[in-house]
Amino acid sequence: MAESHLYFTELLGLPVLDIRGRRIGRVRDAAIVPLVHPARIDRFLVGGGWAWLTIRYDQVASISLDGIRLSDELLTPYHSDEYMLRIGRDLLDQQIIDVNGRKVVRVNDVTFEIRSAAANGNGNGTNGNGRNCLYVLEVDVGVRSIVRRLLQGALPSRVIRRLQRPIPPNSIRWEFCNIVEPDPQRRLRLNISHEKLETIHPADLADIVEELGPAEREAIFETIDSEVAAEALTEIDPKMQASILESLEPEKAADIVEEMAPDEAADVLKGLEEATSEEILEEMEVAPESEVRELLEFKEDTAGGMMNTEFISLHESATVADAMAALKGNEDQLESLNAVFLVDGDGRLTGTVPLARLFVASGATPLRRLATETLISATVTEKQEEVTELFDKYNLLALPVVDEDGRLAGVITADDIISVLRHQ
Amino acid sequence: MLKSLRSRILIFLAVLGPGFITAVVDNDAGGIYTYSAAGAEFGYLPLWTLLPITVALIITQEMCSRMGAITGKGLSDLIREEFGLRITFVMMVLLLLVNIGNLIADFAGVASSLGLFHVSRYVSVPLSAAAIWLLVVKGNYRSVEKIFLFACVFYVSYVISGILVKPDWKEAAIYSVRPVLMLNGSYIEMLIGMVGTTIAPWMQFYLQAAVVEKGITAKEYIESRVEVIVGCFMTSIIAFFIIVACSGAIWSTQPRRIESAAEAALALKPFGQYAYLLFSAGLLNASVFAACILPLSTAYSVCEGLGFESGVNRRFQEAPIFYWLYTSVIVIGATTVLLIPDSAQVRVILISQVINGVLLPFVLIFMILLVNKSGLLHEWVNSRTYNAIAWVTAVVMIGLTLAYTGIIFRGLR
Repeated sequence: MAESHLYFTELLGLPVLDIRGRRIGRVRDAAIVPLVHPARIDRFLVGGGWAWLTIRYDQVASISLDGIRLSDELLTPYHSDEYMLRIGRDLLDQQIIDVNGRKVVRVNDVTFEIRSAAANGNGNGTNGNGRNCLYVLEVDVGVRSIVRRLLQGALPSRVIRRLQRPIPPNSIRWEFCNIVEPDPQRRLRLNISHEKLETIHPADLADIVEELGPAEREAIFETIDSEVAAEALTEIDPKMQASILESLEPEKAADIVEEMAPDEAADVLKGLEEATSEEILEEMEVAPESEVRELLEFKEDTAGGMMNTEFISLHESATVADAMAALKGNEDQLESLNAVFLVDGDGRLTGTVPLARLFVASGATPLRRLATETLISATVTEKQEEVTELFDKYNLLALPVVDEDGRLAGVITADDIISVLRHQ
Repeated sequence: MLKSLRSRILIFLAVLGPGFITAVVDNDAGGIYTYSAAGAEFGYLPLWTLLPITVALIITQEMCSRMGAITGKGLSDLIREEFGLRITFVMMVLLLLVNIGNLIADFAGVASSLGLFHVSRYVSVPLSAAAIWLLVVKGNYRSVEKIFLFACVFYVSYVISGILVKPDWKEAAIYSVRPVLMLNGSYIEMLIGMVGTTIAPWMQFYLQAAVVEKGITAKEYIESRVEVIVGCFMTSIIAFFIIVACSGAIWSTQPRRIESAAEAALALKPFGQYAYLLFSAGLLNASVFAACILPLSTAYSVCEGLGFESGVNRRFQEAPIFYWLYTSVIVIGATTVLLIPDSAQVRVILISQVINGVLLPFVLIFMILLVNKSGLLHEWVNSRTYNAIAWVTAVVMIGLTLAYTGIIFRGLR
């Protein structure tokens, strides 16, 4: 096998030889300094007598399975490692997130690529083509890396390489690895962000988060974009939702709750202790806050508790052109919109217009003519089971909900019904 | 005040499960045999050990459930993260062997208890193995846990059969608190056996994983602790009634050494059909129950520790190693009982007890080391007093387990 790569297990314990070929110790760990370079091994930690020494990457001449040869004699004792991501201590055996595979994995080993860099002209390199550097290429998971690690030390590295060949490799490219660091200060020093996670579908992110410990969960929700956080949070088990929101600062929690649909926000807040949910509500912007507060008044298993207050309603005399204009003004709702509603001067519901009908009618058509033949609606106090029954009986996608005076209060959509049914 | 009590009870019910199930399953086929044998040969004398046993159980279980609630990670996860792959691998191999041994004992329990009802083992064992496999593969964690909790109720059968035998309650009460030590070889062996089988490695792994799976957090930890303690007392109460039943039925008429739990059940026959039936049904329930949990716990712990995908909520393609492990542990357990002669089975079970004696010290020591890591548990680490108690418990348990292992080892040669 070409020796352009090296495993971390092989690196550990490699002898380190100085310019004159004298052995000064063995490799104990290696570290990246992420603020300088995201993948290059910047420091080798070498254990000699009783103290550890630090070797910078540019003090190394060559790296192979036989050892590391140095090109410099001025080595410093190892002391602080604030800015170091130590492979052996911080990465090996820990859980990381595989962004591409959308799952949590445990690191068994790390594969480095040995690259030759041009010598930087001070003429002390031992080989003419320049010095060797290590770059983190992949993180290894799966059986192959377990076998390698168990055998390391018991058999020579080259024999292990031959033995492991029949086992298929299972590795994750370093670009797709996301380390979860709960300590914010360390996160800053190690330049760790959770931005990569924002590319994962919120439902997958929710699954990932459910697998992590509470500290890691909190760290993720603290740092990712509030909109992504909101979407992921709605997919999480209700009990865990509560503990996540309670662990966050109220401002951050409020930012996330604001991004949620009001009905989902109300559901989440109902699961919290009253003091905490009040704190979060107080941090929220006025408009979403009052909507959520209204929803909180309703019992969870009634139409009022299920409904969403984001909907588009028009006066019953409006035309298709008016409706189109209204849609343009509410683009954030379009993704889940199925119908627009007609109300009279007092806000009382008079009709439902399925969205698709708007597209086959001319702009001047009055909306009243496009409304469904029978007006089906529920009152805010209607029981959950009855609402579900209505959806089933009339094959609805959206059901308007009215208050005791018949005024349109909100709308229940099919996705609300699906989650109700699933939780039963 | 009333409201807070009510909400506390509600939270208690919400966290009910892990601690209770773990402690109760501790009385599996092997445990029932040990207690029956103690009662049959020495009557009420060994009852006093139940109190210290309860304390030891509470101390160890409490630490595991605390680690689970605070870190949100299983015990094998934590061992892997803090002590590395090689140690974890060795522990997981040992755990696998010990659990297979326990599982064989439990399938043997299924065979012998249903044998009392004249069901052939060639019917009972494959059927129960298939049922256990299906239950977990086709069910989800929540429904499975409900079934498990329901199975806990059946342990009441021991309490009733204990009462039906009409033992000498005054004696039982006195010897529950009066320690009796005799310089009698087989008595001491019996005591060591009772304590030595109390804490099994799988329990620690199962409990912590179940606490995590249930999503118990630091906030609910007080209730969860109560749950663990109640569970441990339940276990000892059941053990108490088993010992008392066998004292009343066997020891008071003719003290003797019994060879199996089924023999104990048969000895209850003169005290009425119900006492006998309940004791046998209890044995069946305990065996099936433990046989459900052991393969599951094994597959979970091993996959977690070695970093393979795990969980009954995943499909086969997503977690192949988990399902293979789960299935083969059940198959090995069941076929051993069917194909290997009884004497060889006993040998296999005893050998697994010896491995148990090797594994347990590591588990206990690692647990106490982990629970003291402030990086993991922050303000929830052991206090100094608690640590002292925990170390004393661990050392005593390790000592007694090793002594028990020695006794078995001597017998094996």
